[in-house]
Amino acid sequence: MRAEPIQPFTRRLPYGEDFKRNIARRRFIGHIWRYMFFSSLIIGMIALVTLLGTIVNRAFGTIAVQERVNPATLSEQPLEELSQEELLAIAQANLSGNVRRRLDREEPLEQRSAAELLQVIEEFVLQREVVKSWTLSETLFNYSHIEAEAAEQFPNARLEFKSWVSWDFVVRPMSRTPALAGIRTALLGSTWMILITMLIAFPIGVGAAIYLEEYARDNLVNRIIQTNINNLAGVPSIIYGMLGLAIFVRNLEYLTSGRFMGEGMGAANGRTLISAAMTMALLILPLIIINAQEAIRAVPNSLRQASYGLGATKWQTIWNHVLPVALPGILTGTILGMSRAVGETAPLIVIGAATYIVTDPSGPFSSFTALPIQIYNWTSRPQDQFRDIAGAGIVVLLILLLSLNAAAILLRNRFQRSL
Amino acid sequence: MANQARVGVEGRSTAISGVSGETLNLRKRSRPGEKFIQGLLFVCGIISIFTTTGIVYVLLTESWRFFGSPEVSIIEFLTSTTWQPRIGAFGIWPLLNSTLMTSFIAMVVATPLGLGSAIYLSEYATPRIRSILKPVLEVLAGIPTVVYGYFAISFMTPLLRAIFGTGTVQIYNTGSAGLVMGIMILPLISSMSEDALSAVPRSLREGAYGLGATRLETALRIVVPSAFSGIIAAFIIGISRAVGETMIVAIAAGAGPRFTFNPFEAAETMTGHIARISSGDLGFDTIDYNSIFAIGLTLFIMTLGLNILSGYVVRRFREVYE
Repeated sequence: MRAEPIQPFTRRLPYGEDFKRNIARRRFIGHIWRYMFFSSLIIGMIALVTLLGTIVNRAFGTIAVQERVNPATLSEQPLEELSQEELLAIAQANLSGNVRRRLDREEPLEQRSAAELLQVIEEFVLQREVVKSWTLSETLFNYSHIEAEAAEQFPNARLEFKSWVSWDFVVRPMSRTPALAGIRTALLGSTWMILITMLIAFPIGVGAAIYLEEYARDNLVNRIIQTNINNLAGVPSIIYGMLGLAIFVRNLEYLTSGRFMGEGMGAANGRTLISAAMTMALLILPLIIINAQEAIRAVPNSLRQASYGLGATKWQTIWNHVLPVALPGILTGTILGMSRAVGETAPLIVIGAATYIVTDPSGPFSSFTALPIQIYNWTSRPQDQFRDIAGAGIVVLLILLLSLNAAAILLRNRFQRSL
Repeated sequence: MANQARVGVEGRSTAISGVSGETLNLRKRSRPGEKFIQGLLFVCGIISIFTTTGIVYVLLTESWRFFGSPEVSIIEFLTSTTWQPRIGAFGIWPLLNSTLMTSFIAMVVATPLGLGSAIYLSEYATPRIRSILKPVLEVLAGIPTVVYGYFAISFMTPLLRAIFGTGTVQIYNTGSAGLVMGIMILPLISSMSEDALSAVPRSLREGAYGLGATRLETALRIVVPSAFSGIIAAFIIGISRAVGETMIVAIAAGAGPRFTFNPFEAAETMTGHIARISSGDLGFDTIDYNSIFAIGLTLFIMTLGLNILSGYVVRRFREVYE
């Protein structure tokens, strides 16, 4: 296809060879930009992979274990193969009086299982401790270096592969020793908090969404409510924490500490689960409301008209026809809000969730710690091993969030099918 | 909207004979149950107003106490570049400065990357590629910020120290926090911009192609300008998120307010300061306790202003298509 020279435009539009060159140049630039756009997505992907890699890298690795007492001096057989009675005898023979009395107070040694006794012996008799840890990448690619370093610095130590994420890690309570620390209390605290948060936020959020979509007339009050909800969604979470600190923790201390139930009940101050849950509920309310509103708005109007036509009242229409259809969308939004609440840390810090707590939370009025708080606390310590268990904590947190989101998708599909 | 149930028989007493011969009364019955439910739902809706008034009330009263105390003057708060509660120096600028710095670095990272991914996803990607790449951004958006903080301190900081030398880069620094914050905000900017780009009608693109424009020319000269209000809104919301972000800076940017423009030095941001002060067992009615509310008020005004601005930009500059 040849471009014929057109007289009036000869000086302005390229033609002939110029025209072809122009096209080629424009297409070339187009290609370059296309790859640049694509690479920004790739950078995002690399960031995600690096992030997950960093976490896995710390959550698994090699540790150097050192024992003050050689297990061979306690028994000829390896300790793991001994029965409960034999372990009990070793424990009783080797534990000092003080330690034994303390352990007996927690749970009498005689009643402990073999595995528990083994742990006691390792901790208090052998005084096993992790003296140094290396990351997964070092373990995989530079093991000789680890061996050399360990042999030089800790000649008595033994190298072991360690997965910081383990069932023990999930079920053990807090400890000041990283190798023995677990997230049991944190996980229970998070669970309690989320349950109470959802009990508060779900009905209120859905109620508000129904009001705004089905009842609210277009007047000043309702417009203010709507604008306000949209603006609340953009308020930083730490501000909610300050609201919770001033109102729930401080002004309503009598209620939130649980002291109203009677003398000696509840916690020492208002920094309890219920304060945290109420704060979180306020934090995720806008999210739930906005999502629920969208779900309700998507319900076709013909459904409502049909219901009215049959003589149903407004509430009957909403309850029997609008809500069931909108439910999948509402649930998805709710679970999104839930996963936001699970990972949110800043408001909990401001409210003053405990960072070190060994007792399980016993109800809404107990002081507590939560999983992200633990992760934050461990991350902000300089020692390497705390960084390792922080990584392990993150793995658990991410698994939790992932299963929540999977549950959201499953729930949605299920409800959609039954309609 | 609210009166659909009243089917036009209100106020008239109409009596019709039913099949069985009884008279049917079609007058609107009073239904206290319905009214009660409506009232209850209204209360649910009004709770959000309580939240806002609660926030404003708490921030104002506690800040009032802060500014009322003899050690503090509001002029010093707004102008001084030292924040040292021990010697009674309360100037917001060191905190504000590092907040602005981390947010600036974050936006420098997030804006081009977010906009680039949005353009790729909306203008270039085939549905198949989209379905693979979009979840990546969604996963990034769903990761809790404390995890990003961990990433900053255990990956980004060592990386910066390896590149620029451990002498120049401190263990805690605003640069690393800002970079990671940029990654955190990327999905927000990308998804909001993509929504704006996808809302541009196809006819505009077809028109550009018809005039001989290449794909890039269509994207940059037709689609992006048409969606500009949405993109600007995404940008503003991104800044607001960066300003209010707490965990990344609390973990990686360091403790102790410092007035510095060096991104490799530790400097505490507003949110980081609030988090650090309140994570100790903070006594009520101390100057520290009151001071975090003054910082919180500043933060609230900033983010609220940005959010309102973004809403205004969308309303004012939106191109409306058929």
